[in-house]
Amino acid sequence: MSRSKYEAVIGLEVHVELKTNSKAFCGCATSFGAEPNTNVCPICLGMPGTLPVLNRQMVEYAIKTGLALNCRIAEFCKFDRKNYYYPDLPKNYQISQYDLPIAIGGKLDIEIEGDGASKTIGITRVHMEEDAGKLVHQGNIMTTPYSLVDLNRAGTPLLEIVSEPDMSSGAEARRYVEKLRAILLFLEVSDCKMEEGSLRCDANISVRPNGQTKLGTKAEIKNMNSFRALERAVEYEIDRQIKILEEGGTIIQDTRTWDEVQQITLSMRSKEEAHDYRYFPDPDLMPLKIDQAWTERVRASLPELPDQACLRLVEEYNLSQYDAALLTATKDGLEYFDACVRQYPQPKVVANWIMGELARLLNQNNMEIKDCRITPHALSQLLTLLEKGTISGKIAKKVFEEMFQTGALPDKIIEEQGLVQISDEAGILAIVKEVINANPKVVDDFKNGKGKAAGFLVGQVMKASKGKANPEIANRLLNEELSRL
Amino acid sequence: MALTIKEVEHVALLARLNLSPGEKELFAQQLGAILEYFGRLNHLSTDGVEPLAHVLPLANVMRDDEIWTPLDKEDILANAPLEEEGQFRVPRIV
Ligand SMILES: [Zn+2]
Repeated sequence: MSRSKYEAVIGLEVHVELKTNSKAFCGCATSFGAEPNTNVCPICLGMPGTLPVLNRQMVEYAIKTGLALNCRIAEFCKFDRKNYYYPDLPKNYQISQYDLPIAIGGKLDIEIEGDGASKTIGITRVHMEEDAGKLVHQGNIMTTPYSLVDLNRAGTPLLEIVSEPDMSSGAEARRYVEKLRAILLFLEVSDCKMEEGSLRCDANISVRPNGQTKLGTKAEIKNMNSFRALERAVEYEIDRQIKILEEGGTIIQDTRTWDEVQQITLSMRSKEEAHDYRYFPDPDLMPLKIDQAWTERVRASLPELPDQACLRLVEEYNLSQYDAALLTATKDGLEYFDACVRQYPQPKVVANWIMGELARLLNQNNMEIKDCRITPHALSQLLTLLEKGTISGKIAKKVFEEMFQTGALPDKIIEEQGLVQISDEAGILAIVKEVINANPKVVDDFKNGKGKAAGFLVGQVMKASKGKANPEIANRLLNEELSRL
Repeated sequence: MALTIKEVEHVALLARLNLSPGEKELFAQQLGAILEYFGRLNHLSTDGVEPLAHVLPLANVMRDDEIWTPLDKEDILANAPLEEEGQFRVPRIV
């Protein structure tokens, strides 16, 4: 298959659950994992005669997200009913926004793998809507004898973020969602857990021969529950479509689901998929007028975003782009780094410890930085002791690990375990002399020009001092003593 | 003007309704009459009239993000024709 003769065109629709306390149009809690049907009321059950009332926090989060994605916030927007019949949708319509969404025309930059270049992905729109309930099937949806409906999730506030078809590979699609997720996490509007479904992603994919301006027929791919699944599903679908074209076939427009087990996309086409949503303005909800003052107030509340933080680390701290990107990958990580630098203002040293020892230990213990027991104050104390030469680099790593496990302060660990580096020359000299006297044969070897012998003797000095002798001083004194023999 | 049987069948599918041939004939007539009645609106001149999002002159009706007490589970499921493990039980969907 000649992939290089074709261009893939990919657009993404991302749904995120907003982390409000209550649902979009009623006061039921939005908590994940509650016992089925324990967070429902007549409004989210769609009982006749009830009236939805908009959650102000949802609107604030939507404006925040729109601004962070460089969108224009609509001065006027409204809610519409999207009509379809499905058991997870108690009202038989979903409250959504159709022709007048809250935010339009934004963009987001993604880094292209490897070469440090970036690509701008357009954001078509951001709109508010409500989530549906959850269906539990007995095995496969096609063969289950019946399904169970839990409406806890029905009415949870969602944002749908629609990109322009600006991506051309699975890797780019993945980078886009990763970047979008980082921004949303920095904004603290959603917890964005793909595996729990609070961030869901559908991809529209088509291919066309290079140079053709007309878009090919697209397929919509659903059910990609991880970044890896997204990347693979997009790549699989691109290959599938190219293969059809290469064999002289035509692409049929359809909705497909990613099968994680078989690692393929499967058509979901059935007559039930015939959608005709018959959108119309929801008469139960008043329109929204968002004036400049409101938008500006939200803009002023925007936190530092990943791109800005990355730039700050490069420009103010002289860190490499690579290091800065790693340190700003999560909000928790960035806050920890900043707190440590405030306590110990040597960004490069702090960065190395966080990306080195700390990352290694977190990884090993399957922990996240927010679970880390080493406070910025404790890290600063350790780095100061290291800088002053009170402890060696090797001991510092040992102490760091102890701090990680127990949360104890470094001076306490050093004192309790007697780990202070010996820098007093008299003390080290005594050990050096002892080692020389105890190893006459090695000393002879040294005199006969065997360079390796010196290394052995230094090792013996370190061993005799239980690793606490300052290695530079030990080395110097040993050489002085040997040359005197 | 009556709807075509095909149009009635399409709307019935969207609404998940099973209609008998007799009902399709009947609804084709009735739906046609209803549409014709509302069709009178098309004869009005709406030049210079702004589209209306709502008949009431209100905007920004919102509530604070506060949690209230949900309905009791027994009450929620009281009207369910079938129930299992605290959930609504529905026939196979597809
Ligand atoms: Zn509710």
